[in-house]
This record gives sequence, structure tokens and C-alpha cells, in this order.
Amino acid sequence: MALPKYTETRYRVWHYFYITICTCVFFFLIAPLFVIFPLSFNAEEFLSFSEGMKNLDPDAFSLRWYKDMIYGTKNPWGLAAKNSFIIAIFATLGSVLLGTVAALGLSSRHMPYKGLIMATLISPMIVPLIISGVAIFFFMAKAGLAATHTGIVLAHIILGTPFVVITVTATLSGFDHSVTRAASSLGSDPVNTFMKITLPLILPGVISGGLFAFVTSFDEVVVVLFLAGLENTTIPIQMWTGLREQLSPTILAVATCLIILSTLILVTAELLRRRSERLRGINR
Amino acid sequence: MSSETGKILTTDGIPLEVSLKKAERKNKIKAFLLVAPLLLFLLITYIFPIGDMLMRSVDDKMVTEMLPKTFKSMEKWDGKELPPEEVFESFYLDFQKLVEEKRDGKLSTQLNYTKNGFKSILKKLRRKAKNFEEGNYKEQIMAVHKRWADVEYWRAIQRRAPAYTSQKYLKGIDMYKNEEGKIVSVEEDRRVHRILWLRTLEIAFFVTLLCFLMAYPIAHLLATLPMKYSNLLMICVLLPFWTSLLVRTASWMILLQQQGVVNDFFVMIGLVAEDNRPEMMFNKTGTYVAMTQILLPFMVLPLYSVMKTISPSLMRAGKSLGGTPFVAFWKVYFPLTIPGIGAGCLLVFILAIGYYITPALVGGASGTLISNQIAFHMKSTLDWSFASAMGLMLLAGVLAIYWVYNKLVGVDNIKLG
Repeated sequence: MALPKYTETRYRVWHYFYITICTCVFFFLIAPLFVIFPLSFNAEEFLSFSEGMKNLDPDAFSLRWYKDMIYGTKNPWGLAAKNSFIIAIFATLGSVLLGTVAALGLSSRHMPYKGLIMATLISPMIVPLIISGVAIFFFMAKAGLAATHTGIVLAHIILGTPFVVITVTATLSGFDHSVTRAASSLGSDPVNTFMKITLPLILPGVISGGLFAFVTSFDEVVVVLFLAGLENTTIPIQMWTGLREQLSPTILAVATCLIILSTLILVTAELLRRRSERLRGINR
Repeated sequence: MSSETGKILTTDGIPLEVSLKKAERKNKIKAFLLVAPLLLFLLITYIFPIGDMLMRSVDDKMVTEMLPKTFKSMEKWDGKELPPEEVFESFYLDFQKLVEEKRDGKLSTQLNYTKNGFKSILKKLRRKAKNFEEGNYKEQIMAVHKRWADVEYWRAIQRRAPAYTSQKYLKGIDMYKNEEGKIVSVEEDRRVHRILWLRTLEIAFFVTLLCFLMAYPIAHLLATLPMKYSNLLMICVLLPFWTSLLVRTASWMILLQQQGVVNDFFVMIGLVAEDNRPEMMFNKTGTYVAMTQILLPFMVLPLYSVMKTISPSLMRAGKSLGGTPFVAFWKVYFPLTIPGIGAGCLLVFILAIGYYITPALVGGASGTLISNQIAFHMKSTLDWSFASAMGLMLLAGVLAIYWVYNKLVGVDNIKLG
């Protein structure tokens, strides 16, 4: 952002002040994440930088905590990771299926009581998580689903569908309905039309909604805290217990892996967003 | 000309209007059937359970069901003097039944909530009641303990007659119904919940304000920089957004601890002494700092998406019409960003008001919020009806904020990134 030559001094000063503030805020946003990387390679058992680390002594760094994460005895991370992935995958599938179908109905101009129904469908996103947790726990306890994978998957479907509904309805709002009419007039049945015409066009919206649902489930801890038994522990639950009880650097190794995972998700989400923007640009 | 020929008919001879309506209805049903699975699923697993919370929070049937005869005979009693023999007799009968079913312990716990001192006199009554003779129960019960001859205790029993109660809600704002049935506050030093509500509002408000002050300049920068730079900077916003909440909280715990990086830095620049490192975690400071950083992306993204749509030529026009850059900004640019400010503030405030994980980890005792209290009652004291009541009070607050926002700005303006 080069300033024009004729800029007065006070605006010049103001401009540099503004740039400084922005730099500080960006630093505040991103820097905390980078503390975790070096500390996860700490050879000591502390969560702060040792003298050796400050002097960049190679002996002060080790892969000890990564080894502990993978091979450690009585170590919960393997089970937690397995559970987290199973739950997140099924919750994502459920959310995407229910959410996409509902979004198709909601985008129809014939839909009665649209506002009220939309508000109901996205309510799990609006209601504070702790309240959702209490309500879902009451239901699961009555249905005998507390401390089961099924219960947690259902709970995460509840929390994940609003994201799918929102992203897919947004994609459908720019959708040209004459293509589906063209398909029907050419003799295609509704299911075929959906699979061959509608779905490929709204796919970016569906996938980005699915990503939101996946991350919501993978990162969810409040509701799982109410629902999970020892068998259903997930990565967030283990991190929660770890942060509350024995703060060990193994957590930092896990956190590093999670940051790498979220970077991958971010890249996918960004690519999808750009693709859908490009597609919409062509349609116009 | 007859009216029949005036109507346009379809090929099957049905009037077009009827046929159209039929098609319309078919479409309506089709659209509804698509939404139905999710709607039904949410109603059963989510909306009804919230209704269940409401029932639990006001439910007080336990005592009502334990003393059915007593409350029936109490209907005629005015509560001024000791109740008549009839009440004593039915109380004796109800109580004997509870003793047989071994449920008298529950009754004494419940009645003790209403008035202290019930536990011991009920115990005594259970022991003595075995040898009661038939008839004249009033005399016999009053002989067990002098408190049974005190009308206050009978009034306390009468207060538990209704099947529904607002007691849990009153407790949530540190109030209770006293012996005369008036609603009063508890003593000053025991008003824990009001402090929590106020603290929750205070933290949510200041976190929203801090987020706004920090997000506005960077959203503006992101929206005005050329694409290739802004995409790079956008990662700084999006990476924390997609990163696990617990990872971000963990990083703050590492940064803010006494031997942590922030304190190291303060010592290095000589702001604090090595042996006098300030406590920055397990108090309000920790909650403020961590929550602001964690919620910041939720403010930046709506602001950015609104600012992106504002054409730079508007500011140029403002300046060319004689406004200084500050005037042009204040009169032209700022009003255009109000929908983004509204959406961001609403999102951050509502997320902050229900925050649980971060305050529980970095907040300590003085930085916890109302959500932590709800979780505490759900998991530790198991007073689920109280947890439900607090949860619903919080929910009512959140819905009220939504309603006001919807009136002022319109919820349609909310965008997801």
C-alpha cells in the first residue's frame, strides 16, 4: 500500500500507525499457534522453553513426545483418534445427507412456513453449546444412548446439519432451475436429474458444508463431555482431561498434528470456495 | 353466455384454476417431504428435549405425590392456627405409607430444603409412630417434638403442595420465597449467581468490544489490499478459525503461565522483575485474552465480506467532494459497514455468553462464566432441574438478543465466512 506523494504528513503518520496496528493484530492471531511447534520437540518434561532450546542446542530437541503419543504405554491417544475419526465420519455423512435433502426442500419456492422451519433447522448453531449439551444428554439418557458411539454420532449430526443447510441453500440460491426442467423435459426422472444435474452443480457447497460438519464433530467437546463413557473417549476429551490434570508435552505433540490437519482442511476449503466462485462467475 | 364457458379448461375438462392449485399443492408437499426427515429428527432429539428441560426446571411433583392425603385435607385449612385433627391424621397415614416403602428419607431431604429442622423431627416421628394408638393423632404427633406443635412447620409443608414451582429460577438469580410467600433476595454474601450473570455479561461485552476494535482495521486492510497479498494474510485469520479450540486454549495456557513466553518477554524488556512474575492465567485476564483471540475470526469474517462489497470509488467521491479522509471514512465508509459490524458483534457476543471450555481451563475461579456453573450442576451436584433452569434463563437471553438484532438489522445479513 504505497501512499501517493502528495499525502500530508499527518495522514502519513496515521497510515503507518494503522499498518502497525494491523501487524500487531495479525501477530496476536497467528503467533500463539506457533508456540506449540518448537515446544512439542522439547527434550525436557516442561512446557516452557529450556535454556538449551533458547540457545538452539540440538540436544535440547527430541521426538520423545511424538514417540510417547504413538507407542506410549496405557496411552489413550490411539483409541481416542480412532473414535474421533469414526464418529466424525459418520456424523459428517449423516449431516450431509439430511442437510442436503432438507436444503433442496427449503430452496423450493413452494416451501410453506419457510422462515419458521429454517429457524428450527439452524437452531443448534444459535443455542449456546452448553444448553444443547444438557438437552441432548436428557434425550440420549432416556433413549438409552448415553455412553454409546451411536449417541455421540447422533448428537454431532444435530450440531453439524445447520452448517450443511446454510452452505447448500446458499449454493442453491444461485442455482439456475431451468437446467433441471430441461432434464425433466428430456425424460429424466427426478432421482436421475438430481444425481446427474443438480448434485454436480451444488457439490462445492455440499463438500464445504461437510467440512464444517466434520470439523464441528472432530473438535466438539462440550456435548461429548456429557455423553461419553470411558470407551467413547475422543481426541478433544483427552486434550481436555490432559489440560486439566497432567499437563504433559505429549499434548503438544497431538496439538501439532491437529494444526497440520486443520491446515489441510483450510487448504481444501479455500480451493473449494475459489472453485465455486469461479463456477458462479461463469454462470453469470 | 353461461359462466361455464367463461372458465379456461385443461384438456381433461378440469378448470385450469383447480388444476393449477392441485399442482401447487403437490409441489408444496414435495418440498415439505424433503425437509421432513431433518425436521422430525431435530424435533425428537433436540427441540423436545429442550421442552423437557423446561418441565424439569419447574417440576416439583415429588413431595406432592408423597403426601397426597395431607395436601387434600389441607385445602380447607387457612394456615393461621394449627391445622385440624383431619390434617394430622392424613399426614400420619401418608407418612406411615412412606416409611413402609422406605421413601421417608427422600421426604425429609425435600422438606428440609423448604425449612431447616425437618430432618430430626421426622426421624423422631418415625421412631415413635410405631406405637401410636388409633385416633387423636394431633395430640400424639405434637407430643413427639415441640416443633410439630409449631404452625410454621405445617405452613412449610403446605408450601410444597403445588406440583410446579418457580423456586429453581428464583435460586438462579439468588432469590427465594420466604415464609410469608414473598419473593426476597438471599443475604448479600451468598449472592453467587448474580455475580456470575453479571460477570458473564461483562466478559461477553468486553470481549465483543475488543474483537471489534481489533477486527475492524484488519478486515479493512484485507478488503483493500490487492488479492495476492490479502490471500496470504487471510490465512492468518482462517488458520486459527479452523484449528481446534482446545489447541488454541492449550497454546494460551503455555503462553500465559508464570514461566511462560509472555512473562519471559516481560522480564526481558524489564517490565516486571524476575521474582515477581504476574499471574496471568486462572483469572479474568486469562479469560479475556484467550477468548478475544479465539473469537476474533468470527468478527473478521463478516466484516470482511461486507467491506469487500464497498466500492473504493465511494471514498474517492467523498474526498473529491471536499471531505478529509477522516470525514469521508466516517460519513461514507463506516455507515456502509454497519451490517457487518452487527453480524460480527452478534456472533461474537452470543458465542462468548455461552462459552464453557476456555474459561474452565484458563479462567480459574474468578474467570468462570454461567456455563461453567451449569456444567457443575449437571456433573457434580446432579441438581439437573437447577441446571435446566439456568440453561433456559441463558437461552431466553440469547433469543432476546436475536430478536432485538433481527428487529434492528435483520438476521439475513449473517454470512458464514
